[in-house]
Amino acid sequence: MTQAIPLEAVLVVAATLFCIGLFGALARRSMVGVLIGVELMLNAVNINLVAFWRYLEPGFTGGLTFVIFIITVAAAEAAVGLALIIAVYRTWLTSNVDNVDSMKG
Amino acid sequence: MNILIQVIFGLLSALIVGAAMMAVTVRNIIHAALWLIACFFGVGALYLLLEAEFIAVVQVLIYVGAVSILILFAIMLTRQIEGARHLVTGWRLWVTIAICVALFATVLVPTLLSHNWNVPPPVIAEGSDLPAEPLAGAAELGRDFVFVYLLHFQVTGVLLTMALIGAIVIAFEERARRRRVLTLAEEHALREQKKNRGTEEQENR
Repeated sequence: MTQAIPLEAVLVVAATLFCIGLFGALARRSMVGVLIGVELMLNAVNINLVAFWRYLEPGFTGGLTFVIFIITVAAAEAAVGLALIIAVYRTWLTSNVDNVDSMKG
Repeated sequence: MNILIQVIFGLLSALIVGAAMMAVTVRNIIHAALWLIACFFGVGALYLLLEAEFIAVVQVLIYVGAVSILILFAIMLTRQIEGARHLVTGWRLWVTIAICVALFATVLVPTLLSHNWNVPPPVIAEGSDLPAEPLAGAAELGRDFVFVYLLHFQVTGVLLTMALIGAIVIAFEERARRRRVLTLAEEHALREQKKNRGTEEQENR
């Protein structure tokens, strides 16, 4: 497996996924769309960690542990983020990022 | 064998990148969530290809099973499935595209390709043509979670509990402020009332 695919190929895929997620987080106007972008970025980081574990330290569990922690934090972030979206929708009756501007200077 | 792995890797990369691309650009936000699920499945298959079985199963369970369902529920609760403008427009869109492409093409890819990663050569076991590598599996991971990373494991549990409580507190709605959902008969009566009022106003005019 490690001879068939170079490490750089996996890292480039992860970098592409990260940039797509960044685009989604910056360009989407609905809050759920922004959250989808953030999830894509977290997945890109996880791919990086698994690739480094597999190619550089396959005998140790440190990389896998990091991935599990990031998945946990991502799940917590998704739960709190969606609760915030629902709270914002209830107050402003919109889930559009541009319309929630009461703190705009 | 190598060719097969490379073909599978190419297909998975195409699936991941294509599904992610669709997830950030489609107009309908429910379709975006479904493309996101496809992307998560591709990432899980990539974990399997990288021989991290436990992570692949966790990916399918948590991302495909929990996070995407949470996102779908949020979409349904906020009822803004299709907006007139789903992406930012004008110069902001072009600046965003420029930032992402510049990050990818001038920072990430040159760094990844120019760095020497010191990948150790595979260990060839005697008597077989397959490399015998010390590969940490689910058993080692479980053992390390209760011995080496015990404190981190507990802290993660506390974090999950806090997130759960926080989500409930944020999304909780007091009973007095809750908007009452009308039954069909009440809705009909209200509409009739409105219609009558409208005709009365026209007659008065």
